Amino acid sequence: MTDSSQHTRRAIETVWRIESARLIGGLVRVVRDLDAAEDLAQEALIVALEQWPETGIPENPGAWLMTTAKRRAIDRLRRQRMLDKKHEELGRAPVQDLLTTLESAVDAIDAEVEDDLLRLVLVACHPILPTEARVALTLRLLGGLTTDEIARAFLASEPTIQQRIVRAKRTLGEAKVPFEVPRGADLTQRLSSVLEVVYLVFNEGYSATKGDAWLRPALCDEAVRLGRILAAHLPDEAEVQGLLALMELQNSRARARVTPSGEPVLLLEQDRGRWDQLLIRRGLAALERAEVLKRPLGPYTLQAAIAACHARARTAEETDWVRIVALYDGLAELTQSPIVELNRAVAIAMAFGPEAGLELADQLKDEPALASYHLLPSVRGDLLQKLGRLDAARAEFERAAFLAKNTRERELLLARAKACR
Amino acid sequence: MRVIVLVKASAESEAGQMPSEELLTQMGSYNEELVKAGIMLAGEGLHPSSKGKRVRFTAKQRAVIDGPFAETKELVAGYWVWQVKSMDEAVEWLKRAPFDGGAEVEIRPVFEAEDFGAEYTPELRARDEQLREQVEERQKR
Repeated sequence: MTDSSQHTRRAIETVWRIESARLIGGLVRVVRDLDAAEDLAQEALIVALEQWPETGIPENPGAWLMTTAKRRAIDRLRRQRMLDKKHEELGRAPVQDLLTTLESAVDAIDAEVEDDLLRLVLVACHPILPTEARVALTLRLLGGLTTDEIARAFLASEPTIQQRIVRAKRTLGEAKVPFEVPRGADLTQRLSSVLEVVYLVFNEGYSATKGDAWLRPALCDEAVRLGRILAAHLPDEAEVQGLLALMELQNSRARARVTPSGEPVLLLEQDRGRWDQLLIRRGLAALERAEVLKRPLGPYTLQAAIAACHARARTAEETDWVRIVALYDGLAELTQSPIVELNRAVAIAMAFGPEAGLELADQLKDEPALASYHLLPSVRGDLLQKLGRLDAARAEFERAAFLAKNTRERELLLARAKACR
Repeated sequence: MRVIVLVKASAESEAGQMPSEELLTQMGSYNEELVKAGIMLAGEGLHPSSKGKRVRFTAKQRAVIDGPFAETKELVAGYWVWQVKSMDEAVEWLKRAPFDGGAEVEIRPVFEAEDFGAEYTPELRARDEQLREQVEERQKR
Protein backbone atom coordinates (compact mmCIF):
# COMPACT_ATOMS: atom_id res chain seq x y z
CA MET A 1 0.00 0.00 0.00
CA THR A 2 1.35 3.45 -0.86
CA ASP A 3 1.77 6.10 1.79
CA SER A 4 -1.06 8.25 0.53
CA SER A 5 -3.58 5.42 0.20
CA GLN A 6 -2.64 4.24 3.67
CA HIS A 7 -3.14 7.77 4.86
CA THR A 8 -6.59 7.94 3.26
CA ARG A 9 -7.51 4.61 4.74
CA ARG A 10 -6.65 5.79 8.21
CA ALA A 11 -8.57 8.99 7.66
CA ILE A 12 -11.60 6.97 6.56
CA GLU A 13 -11.38 4.81 9.68
CA THR A 14 -11.29 7.97 11.78
CA VAL A 15 -14.28 9.48 9.99
CA TRP A 16 -16.09 6.21 10.56
CA ARG A 17 -15.36 6.28 14.28
CA ILE A 18 -16.67 9.82 14.53
CA GLU A 19 -19.73 9.36 12.34
CA SER A 20 -20.92 5.76 12.67
CA ALA A 21 -23.09 6.16 15.77
CA ARG A 22 -24.94 9.18 14.41
CA LEU A 23 -25.26 7.47 11.03
CA ILE A 24 -26.75 4.29 12.49
CA GLY A 25 -28.95 6.35 14.81
CA GLY A 26 -30.35 8.28 11.85
CA LEU A 27 -30.88 5.17 9.75
CA VAL A 28 -32.61 3.24 12.50
CA ARG A 29 -35.15 6.05 12.75
CA VAL A 30 -36.21 5.34 9.17
CA VAL A 31 -35.71 1.64 8.60
CA ARG A 32 -36.85 0.74 12.15
CA ASP A 33 -34.47 -2.17 12.34
CA LEU A 34 -31.11 -2.07 14.04
CA ASP A 35 -29.57 -4.79 11.91
CA ALA A 36 -30.67 -3.19 8.65
CA ALA A 37 -29.45 0.21 9.83
CA GLU A 38 -26.04 -1.19 10.69
CA ASP A 39 -25.87 -3.01 7.34
CA LEU A 40 -26.69 0.16 5.43
CA ALA A 41 -24.10 2.14 7.33
CA GLN A 42 -21.50 -0.57 6.62
CA GLU A 43 -22.40 -0.53 2.94
CA ALA A 44 -21.86 3.22 2.86
CA LEU A 45 -18.47 2.69 4.48
CA ILE A 46 -17.52 0.15 1.81
CA VAL A 47 -18.45 2.63 -0.92
CA ALA A 48 -16.32 5.25 0.82
CA LEU A 49 -13.37 2.85 1.01
CA GLU A 50 -13.71 2.25 -2.74
CA GLN A 51 -14.22 5.86 -3.82
CA TRP A 52 -12.40 8.16 -1.42
CA PRO A 53 -8.88 6.99 -2.26
CA GLU A 54 -9.68 8.14 -5.85
CA THR A 55 -11.78 11.23 -5.22
CA GLY A 56 -10.31 12.35 -1.92
CA ILE A 57 -12.29 12.67 1.29
CA PRO A 58 -15.39 14.82 0.76
CA GLU A 59 -15.74 18.13 2.56
CA ASN A 60 -18.54 16.90 4.76
CA PRO A 61 -17.85 13.19 5.12
CA GLY A 62 -20.71 12.60 7.58
CA ALA A 63 -23.31 13.97 5.17
CA TRP A 64 -21.73 12.02 2.31
CA LEU A 65 -22.03 8.75 4.22
CA MET A 66 -25.61 9.54 5.16
CA THR A 67 -26.61 10.34 1.56
CA THR A 68 -24.98 7.14 0.33
CA ALA A 69 -26.70 5.04 2.99
CA LYS A 70 -30.00 6.74 2.17
CA ARG A 71 -29.70 5.79 -1.48
CA ARG A 72 -29.02 2.21 -0.47
CA ALA A 73 -32.07 2.29 1.79
CA ILE A 74 -34.28 3.48 -1.07
CA ASP A 75 -32.89 0.78 -3.38
CA ARG A 76 -33.68 -1.81 -0.78
CA LEU A 77 -37.20 -0.56 -0.25
CA ARG A 78 -37.75 -0.55 -4.02
CA ARG A 79 -36.56 -4.12 -4.37
CA GLN A 80 -38.74 -5.12 -1.46
CA ARG A 81 -41.75 -3.45 -3.06
CA MET A 82 -41.08 -5.16 -6.38
CA LEU A 83 -40.98 -8.52 -4.68
CA ASP A 84 -44.16 -7.75 -2.80
CA LYS A 85 -45.79 -6.75 -6.04
CA LYS A 86 -44.88 -10.08 -7.62
CA HIS A 87 -46.12 -12.04 -4.67
CA GLU A 88 -49.29 -10.16 -4.02
CA GLU A 89 -52.15 -9.42 -6.32
CA LEU A 90 -53.18 -5.85 -7.00
CA GLY A 91 -55.94 -4.30 -4.97
CA ARG A 92 -53.76 -2.50 -2.49
CA ALA A 93 -52.33 0.98 -2.68
CA PRO A 94 -50.58 1.53 -6.01
CA VAL A 95 -46.91 0.68 -5.75
CA GLN A 96 -45.80 4.08 -6.98
CA ASP A 97 -47.69 5.85 -4.16
CA LEU A 98 -46.12 3.64 -1.57
CA LEU A 99 -42.74 4.33 -3.00
CA THR A 100 -43.27 8.06 -2.77
CA THR A 101 -44.28 7.71 0.86
CA LEU A 102 -41.19 5.67 1.58
CA GLU A 103 -38.92 8.10 -0.16
CA SER A 104 -40.28 11.00 1.81
CA ALA A 105 -39.83 8.95 4.96
CA VAL A 106 -36.22 8.41 3.99
CA ASP A 107 -35.88 12.13 3.32
CA ALA A 108 -37.15 12.82 6.80
CA ILE A 109 -33.82 11.40 7.88
CA ASP A 110 -32.41 14.90 7.78
CA ALA A 111 -34.95 16.16 10.28
CA GLU A 112 -34.71 15.26 13.98
CA VAL A 113 -30.97 14.58 13.66
CA GLU A 114 -30.53 16.13 17.07
CA ASP A 115 -31.94 13.03 18.73
CA ASP A 116 -30.14 10.38 16.69
CA LEU A 117 -27.36 9.61 19.13
CA LEU A 118 -29.76 9.60 22.03
CA ARG A 119 -32.10 7.29 20.13
CA LEU A 120 -29.29 4.82 19.58
CA VAL A 121 -28.25 4.86 23.25
CA LEU A 122 -31.82 4.27 24.38
CA VAL A 123 -32.21 1.34 21.99
CA ALA A 124 -28.85 -0.20 22.92
CA CYS A 125 -29.74 0.08 26.62
CA HIS A 126 -33.35 -1.02 26.26
CA PRO A 127 -34.64 -2.51 29.53
CA ILE A 128 -35.88 -5.69 27.81
CA LEU A 129 -32.23 -6.65 27.27
CA PRO A 130 -30.13 -8.30 29.97
CA THR A 131 -27.48 -5.96 31.38
CA GLU A 132 -24.53 -7.72 29.79
CA ALA A 133 -26.17 -7.48 26.37
CA ARG A 134 -26.82 -3.76 26.89
CA VAL A 135 -23.17 -3.25 27.78
CA ALA A 136 -21.91 -5.12 24.71
CA LEU A 137 -24.32 -3.39 22.34
CA THR A 138 -23.56 0.07 23.72
CA LEU A 139 -19.80 -0.38 23.48
CA ARG A 140 -20.13 -1.76 19.98
CA LEU A 141 -22.60 0.79 18.58
CA LEU A 142 -21.59 3.93 20.46
CA GLY A 143 -18.08 3.27 21.64
CA GLY A 144 -16.89 1.88 18.34
CA LEU A 145 -15.16 -0.95 20.20
CA THR A 146 -14.66 -4.14 18.22
CA THR A 147 -16.16 -7.38 19.53
CA ASP A 148 -12.62 -8.54 20.18
CA GLU A 149 -11.90 -5.51 22.38
CA ILE A 150 -15.17 -5.94 24.28
CA ALA A 151 -14.37 -9.62 24.77
CA ARG A 152 -10.94 -8.86 26.17
CA ALA A 153 -12.25 -6.15 28.46
CA PHE A 154 -14.79 -8.51 30.01
CA LEU A 155 -12.75 -11.73 29.88
CA ALA A 156 -15.20 -13.39 27.53
CA SER A 157 -14.54 -15.12 24.23
CA GLU A 158 -15.16 -13.20 21.03
CA PRO A 159 -17.89 -15.59 19.80
CA THR A 160 -19.68 -15.15 23.15
CA ILE A 161 -19.77 -11.38 22.71
CA GLN A 162 -20.78 -11.74 19.08
CA GLN A 163 -23.60 -14.09 20.07
CA ARG A 164 -24.67 -11.66 22.77
CA ILE A 165 -24.93 -8.83 20.25
CA VAL A 166 -26.76 -10.91 17.64
CA ARG A 167 -29.22 -12.17 20.23
CA ALA A 168 -29.79 -8.67 21.59
CA LYS A 169 -30.61 -7.35 18.13
CA ARG A 170 -32.98 -10.24 17.54
CA THR A 171 -34.72 -9.58 20.87
CA LEU A 172 -35.16 -5.92 19.97
CA GLY A 173 -36.53 -6.87 16.54
CA GLU A 174 -38.97 -9.46 17.85
CA ALA A 175 -40.24 -7.17 20.57
CA LYS A 176 -40.76 -4.47 17.94
CA VAL A 177 -39.39 -1.87 20.31
CA PRO A 178 -40.27 1.65 19.20
CA PHE A 179 -37.38 3.86 18.16
CA GLU A 180 -38.95 7.11 19.28
CA VAL A 181 -37.21 9.12 21.95
CA PRO A 182 -39.69 9.33 24.85
CA ARG A 183 -40.27 12.58 26.73
CA GLY A 184 -40.73 13.64 30.32
CA ALA A 185 -41.06 10.98 33.00
CA ASP A 186 -40.85 8.16 30.43
CA LEU A 187 -37.49 9.45 29.28
CA THR A 188 -36.18 9.71 32.84
CA GLN A 189 -37.23 6.14 33.45
CA ARG A 190 -35.60 4.81 30.27
CA LEU A 191 -32.48 6.77 31.12
CA SER A 192 -31.97 4.94 34.39
CA SER A 193 -31.14 1.81 32.41
CA VAL A 194 -28.68 3.82 30.28
CA LEU A 195 -26.96 5.35 33.30
CA GLU A 196 -26.62 1.92 34.87
CA VAL A 197 -24.78 0.65 31.78
CA VAL A 198 -22.51 3.69 31.57
CA TYR A 199 -21.54 3.46 35.24
CA LEU A 200 -20.99 -0.27 34.98
CA VAL A 201 -18.55 0.26 32.09
CA PHE A 202 -16.81 3.00 34.07
CA ASN A 203 -16.44 0.80 37.13
CA GLU A 204 -15.18 -2.09 35.08
CA GLY A 205 -12.40 0.18 33.90
CA TYR A 206 -11.88 1.85 37.25
CA SER A 207 -11.89 -1.03 39.68
CA ALA A 208 -9.89 -3.34 37.42
CA THR A 209 -11.36 -6.60 38.58
CA LYS A 210 -10.49 -8.51 35.43
CA GLY A 211 -9.56 -8.24 31.79
CA ASP A 212 -6.64 -6.70 29.90
CA ALA A 213 -4.84 -3.98 31.83
CA TRP A 214 -4.36 -1.71 28.82
CA LEU A 215 -8.07 -1.72 28.07
CA ARG A 216 -9.11 -0.43 31.48
CA PRO A 217 -8.36 3.25 30.93
CA ALA A 218 -10.04 2.90 27.54
CA LEU A 219 -13.23 1.69 29.25
CA CYS A 220 -13.14 4.60 31.69
CA ASP A 221 -12.56 7.08 28.88
CA GLU A 222 -15.39 5.56 26.89
CA ALA A 223 -17.83 5.69 29.80
CA VAL A 224 -16.95 9.29 30.60
CA ARG A 225 -17.26 10.21 26.92
CA LEU A 226 -20.75 8.65 26.85
CA GLY A 227 -21.57 10.53 30.04
CA ARG A 228 -20.44 13.80 28.46
CA ILE A 229 -22.47 13.13 25.32
CA LEU A 230 -25.58 12.38 27.37
CA ALA A 231 -25.06 15.44 29.56
CA ALA A 232 -24.71 17.66 26.49
CA HIS A 233 -27.85 16.25 24.89
CA LEU A 234 -29.92 16.22 28.09
CA PRO A 235 -28.96 19.32 30.06
CA ASP A 236 -32.15 19.13 32.18
CA GLU A 237 -31.81 15.57 33.44
CA ALA A 238 -30.45 15.84 36.98
CA GLU A 239 -29.13 12.30 37.32
CA VAL A 240 -27.40 12.45 33.93
CA GLN A 241 -25.46 15.46 35.21
CA GLY A 242 -24.99 13.70 38.56
CA LEU A 243 -23.47 10.59 36.98
CA LEU A 244 -21.18 12.70 34.81
CA ALA A 245 -20.05 14.62 37.91
CA LEU A 246 -19.38 11.35 39.73
CA MET A 247 -17.28 9.93 36.88
CA GLU A 248 -15.30 13.14 36.27
CA LEU A 249 -14.49 13.41 39.98
CA GLN A 250 -13.48 9.78 40.34
CA ASN A 251 -11.44 9.92 37.15
CA SER A 252 -9.65 13.03 38.40
CA ARG A 253 -7.86 10.78 40.90
CA ALA A 254 -6.78 8.17 38.35
CA ARG A 255 -3.13 9.29 38.31
CA ALA A 256 -2.83 9.27 42.09
CA ARG A 257 -4.61 6.06 42.96
CA VAL A 258 -1.89 3.58 41.94
CA THR A 259 1.87 3.73 42.14
CA PRO A 260 3.75 3.19 38.86
CA SER A 261 4.32 -0.40 39.93
CA GLY A 262 0.57 -0.90 40.22
CA GLU A 263 0.11 -0.83 43.99
CA PRO A 264 -3.15 0.80 45.03
CA VAL A 265 -2.94 4.04 47.07
CA LEU A 266 -5.80 4.69 49.49
CA LEU A 267 -7.79 7.88 48.97
CA LEU A 268 -6.57 9.58 52.13
CA GLU A 269 -2.94 8.71 51.33
CA GLN A 270 -2.98 10.03 47.78
CA ASP A 271 -0.79 12.89 46.62
CA ARG A 272 -3.49 15.45 45.94
CA GLY A 273 -1.10 17.40 43.75
CA ARG A 274 -1.55 14.64 41.18
CA TRP A 275 -5.32 14.98 41.07
CA ASP A 276 -6.46 16.34 37.74
CA GLN A 277 -7.77 19.85 38.42
CA LEU A 278 -9.40 20.17 35.00
CA LEU A 279 -11.53 17.10 35.63
CA ILE A 280 -12.30 18.24 39.17
CA ARG A 281 -13.55 21.56 37.83
CA ARG A 282 -15.69 19.79 35.24
CA GLY A 283 -17.03 17.43 37.90
CA LEU A 284 -17.93 20.21 40.30
CA ALA A 285 -19.65 22.15 37.49
CA ALA A 286 -21.75 19.11 36.54
CA LEU A 287 -22.60 18.53 40.21
CA GLU A 288 -23.76 22.10 40.54
CA ARG A 289 -26.05 21.68 37.52
CA ALA A 290 -27.48 18.47 39.01
CA GLU A 291 -28.10 20.07 42.40
CA VAL A 292 -29.95 22.99 40.82
CA LEU A 293 -32.12 20.69 38.71
CA LYS A 294 -33.60 18.43 41.34
CA ARG A 295 -34.18 18.11 45.07
CA PRO A 296 -33.97 15.75 46.85
CA LEU A 297 -30.79 14.60 45.15
CA GLY A 298 -30.77 11.28 43.28
CA PRO A 299 -28.32 8.46 44.04
CA TYR A 300 -25.67 9.41 41.42
CA THR A 301 -25.77 13.05 42.46
CA LEU A 302 -25.40 12.07 46.13
CA GLN A 303 -22.38 9.92 45.32
CA ALA A 304 -20.93 12.77 43.26
CA ALA A 305 -21.50 15.15 46.18
CA ILE A 306 -19.54 12.76 48.42
CA ALA A 307 -16.72 12.58 45.87
CA ALA A 308 -16.81 16.39 45.70
CA CYS A 309 -16.17 16.64 49.48
CA HIS A 310 -12.88 14.84 48.89
CA ALA A 311 -12.09 16.86 45.76
CA ARG A 312 -12.59 20.16 47.61
CA ALA A 313 -10.34 19.22 50.53
CA ARG A 314 -6.78 20.38 49.86
CA THR A 315 -5.45 17.95 52.46
CA ALA A 316 -6.96 14.73 53.83
CA GLU A 317 -7.32 16.43 57.24
CA GLU A 318 -9.53 19.14 55.74
CA THR A 319 -12.17 16.61 54.59
CA ASP A 320 -15.66 17.61 55.71
CA TRP A 321 -16.66 14.26 57.23
CA VAL A 322 -19.79 15.63 58.89
CA ARG A 323 -21.13 16.61 55.49
CA ILE A 324 -20.13 13.24 54.06
CA VAL A 325 -22.11 11.52 56.84
CA ALA A 326 -25.17 13.63 55.98
CA LEU A 327 -24.85 12.69 52.30
CA TYR A 328 -24.50 9.01 53.21
CA ASP A 329 -27.64 9.33 55.33
CA GLY A 330 -29.50 10.43 52.19
CA LEU A 331 -27.92 7.73 50.06
CA ALA A 332 -28.65 4.98 52.59
CA GLU A 333 -32.29 6.00 52.80
CA LEU A 334 -32.58 6.01 49.01
CA THR A 335 -30.76 2.78 48.21
CA GLN A 336 -31.39 0.72 51.38
CA SER A 337 -28.06 -0.86 50.53
CA PRO A 338 -26.04 -2.50 53.34
CA ILE A 339 -22.82 -1.62 51.48
CA VAL A 340 -23.80 2.04 51.64
CA GLU A 341 -24.50 1.55 55.37
CA LEU A 342 -20.99 0.17 55.79
CA ASN A 343 -19.53 3.22 54.05
CA ARG A 344 -21.66 5.40 56.28
CA ALA A 345 -20.16 3.63 59.30
CA VAL A 346 -16.66 4.54 58.08
CA ALA A 347 -17.69 8.18 57.55
CA ILE A 348 -19.29 8.30 61.02
CA ALA A 349 -16.06 6.97 62.53
CA MET A 350 -14.10 9.70 60.75
CA ALA A 351 -16.53 12.40 61.81
CA PHE A 352 -17.47 11.33 65.34
CA GLY A 353 -14.84 8.78 66.39
CA PRO A 354 -14.34 5.01 66.02
CA GLU A 355 -16.81 4.14 68.81
CA ALA A 356 -19.73 5.67 66.91
CA GLY A 357 -18.67 4.01 63.67
CA LEU A 358 -18.28 0.63 65.31
CA GLU A 359 -21.77 0.84 66.75
CA LEU A 360 -23.25 1.05 63.24
CA ALA A 361 -20.83 -1.53 61.80
CA ASP A 362 -21.87 -3.97 64.58
CA GLN A 363 -25.50 -3.62 63.55
CA LEU A 364 -24.55 -4.88 60.09
CA LYS A 365 -23.09 -8.17 61.40
CA ASP A 366 -26.30 -10.10 60.77
CA GLU A 367 -26.94 -8.57 57.36
CA PRO A 368 -27.13 -11.57 54.98
CA ALA A 369 -25.94 -9.51 51.99
CA LEU A 370 -22.68 -8.81 53.82
CA ALA A 371 -22.16 -12.32 55.23
CA SER A 372 -19.25 -13.06 52.90
CA TYR A 373 -18.17 -9.49 52.19
CA HIS A 374 -14.57 -9.06 53.37
CA LEU A 375 -14.83 -5.31 53.85
CA LEU A 376 -17.22 -5.65 56.80
CA PRO A 377 -14.74 -7.48 59.05
CA SER A 378 -11.97 -5.34 57.57
CA VAL A 379 -13.73 -2.13 58.63
CA ARG A 380 -14.62 -3.58 62.04
CA GLY A 381 -11.02 -4.69 62.52
CA ASP A 382 -9.80 -1.21 61.69
CA LEU A 383 -12.18 0.45 64.16
CA LEU A 384 -11.46 -2.09 66.92
CA GLN A 385 -7.75 -1.55 66.40
CA LYS A 386 -8.16 2.20 66.73
CA LEU A 387 -10.04 1.59 70.00
CA GLY A 388 -7.12 -0.53 71.23
CA ARG A 389 -9.13 -3.77 71.29
CA LEU A 390 -6.35 -5.66 69.54
CA ASP A 391 -7.48 -9.28 70.07
CA ALA A 392 -10.89 -8.59 68.61
CA ALA A 393 -9.30 -6.56 65.81
CA ARG A 394 -6.93 -9.43 64.91
CA ALA A 395 -9.82 -11.89 64.69
CA GLU A 396 -11.68 -9.52 62.36
CA PHE A 397 -8.67 -9.02 60.09
CA GLU A 398 -8.12 -12.77 59.89
CA ARG A 399 -11.73 -13.29 58.99
CA ALA A 400 -11.50 -10.54 56.35
CA ALA A 401 -8.37 -12.16 54.87
CA PHE A 402 -10.20 -15.47 54.69
CA LEU A 403 -13.04 -13.83 52.74
CA ALA A 404 -10.92 -11.64 50.44
CA LYS A 405 -10.74 -12.86 46.84
CA ASN A 406 -7.83 -10.73 45.73
CA THR A 407 -4.38 -12.09 46.68
CA ARG A 408 -2.80 -8.70 47.27
CA GLU A 409 -5.68 -7.63 49.51
CA ARG A 410 -5.46 -10.89 51.47
CA GLU A 411 -1.77 -10.35 52.12
CA LEU A 412 -2.40 -6.83 53.36
CA LEU A 413 -5.15 -8.00 55.69
CA LEU A 414 -2.97 -10.79 57.11
CA ALA A 415 -0.23 -8.23 57.71
CA ARG A 416 -2.69 -6.06 59.59
CA ALA A 417 -3.82 -9.05 61.67
CA LYS A 418 -0.21 -9.77 62.52
CA ALA A 419 0.32 -6.18 63.58
CA CYS A 420 -2.44 -6.54 66.21
CA ARG A 421 -0.32 -8.54 68.64
CA MET B 1 -5.41 10.89 24.91
CA ARG B 2 -5.61 14.55 25.67
CA VAL B 3 -4.54 17.17 23.15
CA ILE B 4 -4.27 20.92 23.25
CA VAL B 5 -5.30 22.78 20.12
CA LEU B 6 -3.47 26.08 19.75
CA VAL B 7 -5.07 28.82 17.69
CA LYS B 8 -2.44 31.31 16.54
CA ALA B 9 -2.79 35.05 16.60
CA SER B 10 -3.44 37.15 13.51
CA ALA B 11 -3.02 40.84 12.77
CA GLU B 12 -6.73 41.25 13.59
CA SER B 13 -6.64 39.33 16.87
CA GLU B 14 -3.52 41.23 17.92
CA ALA B 15 -5.30 44.48 17.10
CA GLY B 16 -8.02 43.43 19.52
CA GLN B 17 -10.63 43.13 16.77
CA MET B 18 -13.56 40.88 17.62
CA PRO B 19 -14.41 38.25 15.00
CA SER B 20 -17.42 38.94 12.76
CA GLU B 21 -20.85 37.91 13.98
CA GLU B 22 -20.93 35.28 11.26
CA LEU B 23 -17.70 33.70 12.43
CA LEU B 24 -18.84 33.84 16.05
CA THR B 25 -22.05 32.00 15.14
CA GLN B 26 -20.13 29.37 13.19
CA MET B 27 -17.66 28.97 16.02
CA GLY B 28 -20.55 28.63 18.45
CA SER B 29 -22.10 25.75 16.56
CA TYR B 30 -18.69 24.14 16.06
CA ASN B 31 -18.11 24.29 19.82
CA GLU B 32 -21.55 22.83 20.43
CA GLU B 33 -20.70 19.96 18.11
CA LEU B 34 -17.48 19.31 20.03
CA VAL B 35 -19.37 19.29 23.33
CA LYS B 36 -22.08 16.99 22.01
CA ALA B 37 -19.44 14.57 20.75
CA GLY B 38 -18.04 14.47 24.28
CA ILE B 39 -14.52 15.51 23.27
CA MET B 40 -14.23 19.12 24.48
CA LEU B 41 -12.81 19.49 27.99
CA ALA B 42 -12.04 23.19 27.94
CA GLY B 43 -11.48 26.08 25.58
CA GLU B 44 -10.85 29.81 25.89
CA GLY B 45 -9.89 32.79 23.78
CA LEU B 46 -7.05 35.06 24.88
CA HIS B 47 -6.72 38.85 24.91
CA PRO B 48 -4.13 40.28 22.50
CA SER B 49 -0.49 40.17 23.59
CA SER B 50 -0.62 43.93 24.28
CA LYS B 51 -2.37 42.96 27.51
CA GLY B 52 0.16 40.23 28.27
CA LYS B 53 3.45 40.16 30.08
CA ARG B 54 6.55 38.00 29.92
CA VAL B 55 9.07 37.16 32.59
CA ARG B 56 12.64 36.46 31.44
CA PHE B 57 14.84 34.30 33.68
CA THR B 58 18.58 34.88 33.74
CA ALA B 59 20.46 33.39 36.66
CA LYS B 60 18.83 35.05 39.69
CA GLN B 61 17.40 37.91 37.65
CA ARG B 62 13.73 38.18 36.74
CA ALA B 63 13.02 40.75 34.04
CA VAL B 64 9.40 41.63 33.31
CA ILE B 65 8.63 42.53 29.69
CA ASP B 66 5.33 44.17 28.77
CA GLY B 67 3.40 43.21 25.63
CA PRO B 68 2.66 43.55 22.79
CA PHE B 69 5.08 41.01 21.38
CA ALA B 70 6.30 40.71 17.82
CA GLU B 71 6.30 37.39 15.90
CA THR B 72 2.46 37.53 15.65
CA LYS B 73 2.14 34.16 13.93
CA GLU B 74 3.83 32.40 16.84
CA LEU B 75 1.59 33.95 19.48
CA VAL B 76 -1.34 31.99 20.88
CA ALA B 77 -4.78 33.61 20.58
CA GLY B 78 -6.86 30.79 22.00
CA TYR B 79 -6.88 27.12 22.85
CA TRP B 80 -9.01 24.04 23.28
CA VAL B 81 -8.33 20.96 25.37
CA TRP B 82 -9.78 17.85 23.76
CA GLN B 83 -10.08 14.22 24.83
CA VAL B 84 -9.70 12.07 21.72
CA LYS B 85 -8.67 8.52 20.86
CA SER B 86 -5.84 9.47 18.52
CA MET B 87 -4.08 12.34 16.76
CA ASP B 88 -5.97 11.25 13.64
CA GLU B 89 -9.25 11.90 15.41
CA ALA B 90 -8.05 15.31 16.59
CA VAL B 91 -7.03 16.20 13.02
CA GLU B 92 -10.40 15.07 11.68
CA TRP B 93 -12.24 17.26 14.19
CA LEU B 94 -10.00 20.25 13.59
CA LYS B 95 -10.61 20.03 9.82
CA ARG B 96 -14.25 20.84 10.56
CA ALA B 97 -13.47 24.11 12.33
CA PRO B 98 -14.64 27.29 10.59
CA PHE B 99 -11.22 28.92 10.07
CA ASP B 100 -10.16 30.56 6.85
CA GLY B 101 -7.62 32.94 5.32
CA GLY B 102 -4.54 30.78 5.71
CA ALA B 103 -4.97 30.34 9.46
CA GLU B 104 -2.74 27.63 10.90
CA VAL B 105 -3.95 25.79 13.97
CA GLU B 106 -1.67 23.44 15.86
CA ILE B 107 -2.49 20.22 17.71
CA ARG B 108 -0.12 19.00 20.40
CA PRO B 109 -0.59 15.85 22.48
CA VAL B 110 -0.41 16.35 26.25
CA PHE B 111 2.05 14.16 28.18
CA GLU B 112 0.45 11.29 30.05
CA ALA B 113 1.94 9.21 32.85
CA GLU B 114 2.85 6.33 30.52
CA ASP B 115 4.75 8.71 28.20
CA PHE B 116 7.33 9.27 30.91
CA GLY B 117 8.85 5.80 30.68
CA ALA B 118 12.60 6.50 30.65
CA GLU B 119 12.08 10.07 31.88
CA TYR B 120 10.68 8.68 35.06
CA THR B 121 13.73 9.64 37.10
CA PRO B 122 15.21 7.80 40.08
CA GLU B 123 14.13 10.73 42.30
CA LEU B 124 10.51 10.37 41.22
CA ARG B 125 10.78 6.64 41.60
CA ALA B 126 12.15 7.07 45.10
CA ARG B 127 9.31 9.41 45.98
CA ASP B 128 6.73 6.91 44.80
CA GLU B 129 8.54 4.16 46.62
CA GLN B 130 8.43 6.23 49.79
CA LEU B 131 4.74 6.86 49.29
CA ARG B 132 4.13 3.17 48.89
CA GLU B 133 6.02 2.40 52.09
CA GLN B 134 4.00 5.01 53.93
CA VAL B 135 0.83 3.36 52.75
CA GLU B 136 1.99 -0.05 53.86
CA GLU B 137 3.13 1.36 57.14
CA ARG B 138 -0.26 2.96 57.66
CA GLN B 139 -2.00 -0.29 56.82
CA LYS B 140 0.13 -2.25 59.26
CA ARG B 141 -0.77 0.11 62.03
